[in-house]
Amino acid sequence: MDDYLEIGGRKFTNRLFTGTGKYPSDELIPDIINASGSEVITVALRRVDMDSETDNVMKHIPEHIQLLPNTSGARNASEAVRIAKLARAAGCGNWIKIEVISDNKYLLPDGHETVKATEILAKDGFVVLPYINPDFIIAKQLVSAGAAAVMPLGAPIGTNRGLQTREMIQILIDEIPLPIVVDAGIGKPSHACEAMEMGAAACLVNTAIASADNPVVMARAFSNAIKAGRDAYLSGMGVVHQLARASSPLTGFLRDA
Amino acid sequence: MVITLNGEEETVKGPITLFELLAEKRLKPESVVVELNLDIIDKDKLHDIKIRERDVIEILRFVGGG
Repeated sequence: MDDYLEIGGRKFTNRLFTGTGKYPSDELIPDIINASGSEVITVALRRVDMDSETDNVMKHIPEHIQLLPNTSGARNASEAVRIAKLARAAGCGNWIKIEVISDNKYLLPDGHETVKATEILAKDGFVVLPYINPDFIIAKQLVSAGAAAVMPLGAPIGTNRGLQTREMIQILIDEIPLPIVVDAGIGKPSHACEAMEMGAAACLVNTAIASADNPVVMARAFSNAIKAGRDAYLSGMGVVHQLARASSPLTGFLRDA
Repeated sequence: MVITLNGEEETVKGPITLFELLAEKRLKPESVVVELNLDIIDKDKLHDIKIRERDVIEILRFVGGG
């Protein structure tokens, strides 16, 4: 089946986006990318630590990978725009995941500031993937603002609690004419599989892979789950019934008179 | 002269270009991005720009993130 995901003019066959944070060592990243099959990888921008020989994460990421830098640390639209421009100047393309967070307890995104940043950056030629609460109204505003995809959260970042926002994500999948990439909160392959069965275009997973005892095997498990969920979605799932319906023919010969 | 480098006050021996500052910090220009007084500096301009007293410089790079 000819099935690909298109974002920002690029086509992808793999629908698992992988984050590069929280690994015991950045040396694991090539194996994670390999096992996940991911073609889109997120990174963050930070000050160079002058006092230590900090590693450069880029040396672990193959060239064919689409980098998706995030604006983590931004508390409003103008900080997100500043980080996005720095990320582009760092020379790794024009994709940006807008992440504007002013709440330190739940790390929930600020929808209003996210729409503002999206509008500015899309006009400036960025391929913008905003991270939001699955709010239909904000998502519609992001479509008008020029977003390339919408990334709703399943549960707060790093919680591994799964699709707590399932109903709201389904509305975005049904109504928003952009790829819906479920981001944050996905804790198990079954969560990702369910998101794909619902019709999500892709999932972004970081903590669940990075915090597994064996992150490489977990990356493979997520990749398999996402493929299974996507196939299930494309196959057109059967109708759910309240009462039993026999799978085997009930010939009834045992009770024939 | 005194500059602010990544949020910390620092004394550097001048005159010195941004390129020379990176070399002093043992940083490769291709692996970082430099912001001078909130302006992003193109990598090919690093040779041309001399640091001045009270400049605020940010040197950033990509790290792991989700």
